Amino acid sequence: MIAHFSRRYTFSASHRLHVDHLSAEQNRAAFGKCNNPHGHGHNYILQVTVCGPVDPATGMVLNMATLDAAVHASILDRFDHQNLNYDPIFAAQTSTTENLCCEIFHLLKPALAPVLLHSVRVEETENNFFEYSEISPASALHAA
Amino acid sequence: MQITRRATFSASHYYWNPDWSPEQNLAVFGKCANRAGHGHNYTLEVTVSGSVDAVTGFIVDLKWLKDLIEHEVLDVYDHRHLNLEVPEFAHTIPTTENIAIAIWNRLAPAIPSASSARLTSVRVYETPEIFAEFRGGLA
Repeated sequence: MIAHFSRRYTFSASHRLHVDHLSAEQNRAAFGKCNNPHGHGHNYILQVTVCGPVDPATGMVLNMATLDAAVHASILDRFDHQNLNYDPIFAAQTSTTENLCCEIFHLLKPALAPVLLHSVRVEETENNFFEYSEISPASALHAA
Repeated sequence: MQITRRATFSASHYYWNPDWSPEQNLAVFGKCANRAGHGHNYTLEVTVSGSVDAVTGFIVDLKWLKDLIEHEVLDVYDHRHLNLEVPEFAHTIPTTENIAIAIWNRLAPAIPSASSARLTSVRVYETPEIFAEFRGGLA
């Protein structure tokens, strides 16, 4: 039996959408006000979902404190109250929330192993959110 | 009678007192003193009060109030760095308290021109858990 466990976190950060090799006009056309020169910011909501068998000893997929420690150490301590564009992972790609979502997945996956990270969802505003996953329910069953 | 209109904007900022040493800024403002800045989704609540007009049933025309907030606040604050791009924060730290006062100062003079309504309160949420409210008078 596979269960999914999700938990939400928040962090506040700034960013600017800009591609160096595009002209000022092309950047403006592609990114609009998100290309404003000094950046802007958001209260991001991060939703992390892990999945796996329920441990018969604890009744848990993963201890919440273990998840909290991993998310704080690998994500929140790194991004909260920071400018995302200054982080090395955005040196060669734009700090869109699509890219942020994928990068958070790849940072968290090894931090949570051997527990399976099912998906990462990042909400930029209450109306914009992005989700990334690499596994299907079938592969989770296989891994179990 | 009061009515409140809500609006949102996304902006970046940092907290820094230029009269202090870097160490003192860090001690007082913590991670908010990071000079690369960080950001928030702000929620603004503008409350006006007045009598209900017998003909329209309105305290104030809400489309007029929406346009005023957009022109006076959102066009200036949204997707901007408050310290670097908004004139009232060139020498004032853009704390949530000071943002509420600054928005009051932008809106208060214009409100009476629309009706008998008066600006009662400006509330600014920096996050869902933190807000500052200014009701005029002494800051």
